[in-house]
Amino acid sequence: MGFLTHRPIDLAALLAAAAAPDRGGVASFLGQVRNHHSGRAVLRLDYSAYGPMAEAECGRIAAEAESRWNVAVALRHRVGSLAIGDTAVAVVAASAHREEAFAACRYVIEEVKRRVPVWKREFYADGTVAWVDPTATLQHVQ
Amino acid sequence: MVTSVMPVAAPSTVTVHVLLFASYAERLGFERRELTLSAPASIGTVLDQLRRLPGGDQLPAKPLCARNLAHADREEPVVHGDEIAILPPLAGG
Repeated sequence: MGFLTHRPIDLAALLAAAAAPDRGGVASFLGQVRNHHSGRAVLRLDYSAYGPMAEAECGRIAAEAESRWNVAVALRHRVGSLAIGDTAVAVVAASAHREEAFAACRYVIEEVKRRVPVWKREFYADGTVAWVDPTATLQHVQ
Repeated sequence: MVTSVMPVAAPSTVTVHVLLFASYAERLGFERRELTLSAPASIGTVLDQLRRLPGGDQLPAKPLCARNLAHADREEPVVHGDEIAILPPLAGG
C-alpha cells in the first residue's frame, strides 16, 4: 500500500499495521484541516503531490525512523479535496517503550513537512484561493 | 574489409524531463516539458533555461529541486533522461 491516499485516512488500520505484541508504547500524530490560516477563514483545501517522489520520500523517512529507533512506523498523507476537520496526515510509531515511540513519531512528522513534495491550495470564505507558502507565513505571528 | 571504429564522442547535449508543480506550473503555464541543454549540464543549467521562458522570471532565486525523485542541489550534474522537478515551498502535513 502507498503512503499517499485519495481516501479518508483510517487511523485504526495504521495502528493495527504498526502494532505487535512486543510493542507496548504507541504514539500517533494527526494533522487535521484547520478552519483558519493567517487570520483568514478557510472553507476547504486541495492537496496535490509529486506522487512518485512523495512516495519515495515517505518511504525513506519511515525507514530512517525504523533504523534510528526500535520502532514500527505507519504513515499516510491524504491528497485531493479535503474539508475542515479531515485528517490530512497520520503517523503511528509503535515501540517497546514510549520514549522511542514519541521520538520516532515526532521525527516522522517533522521530516514529512520538511521533505515530502505536497502542496496545499486553500479556499477562503471571502472567495479567494491561494497556494500555501509556509516559508512566507513564518513572518506572521501564529 | 576494413572497418574503422569511430571513437564515441561524448554527447554534446542532454535532454531532461522537467516537471513543475502547483504555483510554479501556473506561473510558467506547463507541468511537464523536455529541455535540451548543452553538456555538461547541472540543475542550475535547467533553472537558467527555465528562467528564459515566459513566466520564468517569477521563479525564486533558489527554488527546491529534485533529480530522479530525490532532493538535489543546483550544482548536481544532470544526464540524458533525468527527471528534474522544480518544487514550490512544501506544504504537506
